[in-house]
Amino acid sequence: MSLRRPAKDQPESFEFNASSLEAANVIVAKYPEGKQQSAVMALLYIAQKQNNNWIPLAAMKYIAKFLDMPYIKVYEVATFYTMYNLAPVGKYFIQICTTTPCMIRGASKLVEACKEKISKNECELSNDKICSWMEVECLGACVNAPMMQINDDYYEDLDKQKTLDILDKILNGETPKPGSYRGRVNNEPENNRKTLMDLKNA
Amino acid sequence: MLKDQDRIFQNLYNDKGSDVSSSQERGDWVNTKEITDKGRDWIINEIKESQLRGRGGAGFPTGLKWSFAPKEVGSRPHYLVINGDESEPGTCKDRDILRFEPHKLIEGCLIASYAVQAHVCYIYIRGEYFIDGQKLQAAIDEAYEKKLLGKNAAGTGWDLDIYIHYGAGAYICGEETALLESIEGKKGQPRLKPPFPALIGLYGCPTIINNVETIAVVPTILRRGGKWFASLGREKNTGTKIFCISGNVNTPCNVEEEMNIPLKELIEVHAGGVIGGWENLQAVIPGGSSMPLIPKDKCETLTMDFDSLMAEKSGLGTAGIVVINKDQDIIKCMARIARFYKHESCGQCTPCREGSGWMWRMLERMAKGDATKDEVDMLGDVTNQIAGHTICAFGEGSSWPVQGLLRHFKKEIEKRNNLDPIVQKKNNIPYLVDQHLLDKKNA
Repeated sequence: MSLRRPAKDQPESFEFNASSLEAANVIVAKYPEGKQQSAVMALLYIAQKQNNNWIPLAAMKYIAKFLDMPYIKVYEVATFYTMYNLAPVGKYFIQICTTTPCMIRGASKLVEACKEKISKNECELSNDKICSWMEVECLGACVNAPMMQINDDYYEDLDKQKTLDILDKILNGETPKPGSYRGRVNNEPENNRKTLMDLKNA
Repeated sequence: MLKDQDRIFQNLYNDKGSDVSSSQERGDWVNTKEITDKGRDWIINEIKESQLRGRGGAGFPTGLKWSFAPKEVGSRPHYLVINGDESEPGTCKDRDILRFEPHKLIEGCLIASYAVQAHVCYIYIRGEYFIDGQKLQAAIDEAYEKKLLGKNAAGTGWDLDIYIHYGAGAYICGEETALLESIEGKKGQPRLKPPFPALIGLYGCPTIINNVETIAVVPTILRRGGKWFASLGREKNTGTKIFCISGNVNTPCNVEEEMNIPLKELIEVHAGGVIGGWENLQAVIPGGSSMPLIPKDKCETLTMDFDSLMAEKSGLGTAGIVVINKDQDIIKCMARIARFYKHESCGQCTPCREGSGWMWRMLERMAKGDATKDEVDMLGDVTNQIAGHTICAFGEGSSWPVQGLLRHFKKEIEKRNNLDPIVQKKNNIPYLVDQHLLDKKNA
């Protein structure tokens, strides 16, 4: 199990803004009547997005009231799933996959790059407080290893220098292009494709 | 090698685009009504005849699973749930289906929903695949627009709504009952079985749960016939499968191939060979991290299907092949996998929650050479106390890779760890309670 604790400094109150409220109502409508609790995971995402990438306790209380369910159940969900950030992580949250398939292709070099550019320790905000990084478990892009995720985007086929370049762009407020950084097309074998050749050449 | 026209996922590398019209060119949505008009029994029988086995890891026969759904809809509605919580290290096949072949999945959902009489289908996608989920959502929206979903979907007379539910980074939610708990808005902790979800599943209603790849191949099987699918591969291990080849190979890739293909062919032909040549191969994890690894000498002749891997005391799992060459420290690789399982245990059953941490800490010590001789056997003992003593299969999944390591690389571990606590009395061994006795002068 992973150990997760809420941040010490918590805002006093939280409320959905108009666009979040609209999105939340759309989500609740997906589930059968009386089963609105199912929407809790999606609503936590909405709260996280609205609140600068992390979920304060006040948001959990608000969602509990919104869905008419006990606060502790929302708290349980928010602490169980690792993608809910319970403390500030900055505007750009960088996750580096270090599980075996990435590890054997050099994920530790990406970690080094983050240590140099962002902060010495994981889950620690950079000096200008706009980003932080973290080692995570398999992100499911193993044939594109090593890779990292910045907010929602995947950056694949990296090495140390490419990671440094991406981080430089992020720190300058640019959004680098997601996808493979060795120029390969999706998950095809690089320069070695032997299948579906008609389609490729069509 | 499989002929190109027999590949189901023609757009695996996104040569053609994933919208409705280009999918229709590839044969999706063409005669959906003709398929459903043949009736539920025909569909289920055809799937049974194709001998399609679930692609999510356990390899349960899909036709049989569908036939477990109650024949008549009672007071409780039926649900179809698609498992796209792909988190097994080494596996990334569903992601390509979600983003490049969404209409195969959506059409499969319609046919499967019709077969098991469900009007609502939830597709559970892991939270990290948010962008890919958005692509699927766009495809669903387009399908609604073209009247392929919703009331009288695709003219079949069947009403179907599809909703996407995002996970939030829990590996365990790939377990079917944990996935249901997660959709219900709870912690993803697996339920006891029985009752099986086919009778009491989502919201207590009959629910059929299938992997993304399983459902996505269904329309093609029904179009080309169960016999065609069964003619590929071998008896009980039929059809095609997307293999993900990652790790120390020259060109890691996803590729759709026939079942029962030799592992060497996959690695040498599609993945461009092992880095440093075949001789540099150390071991292969054949089916995602929870399957025991297989050493090089067996890789020469190994064929990739459910039963032949079972015979090697491993398994096909999700067909995520991780190639490890001799430049890697095999104990460290397995220690990292153990750390993955320690992190992902849901914490419900004590043997798994505590045992997964034990295995990780012991393997880390073994990788450094800090363990004692006895600990090697003790580690085997720990794995045996986890496997089979938990609610879900996570217990097996976390202990099998360690057992595989012990089975094939025991000598390597013993060579590195030959500490003897009795002789080396000055060595500080953290777990040893009686250290204070050894520290005495006359010990």
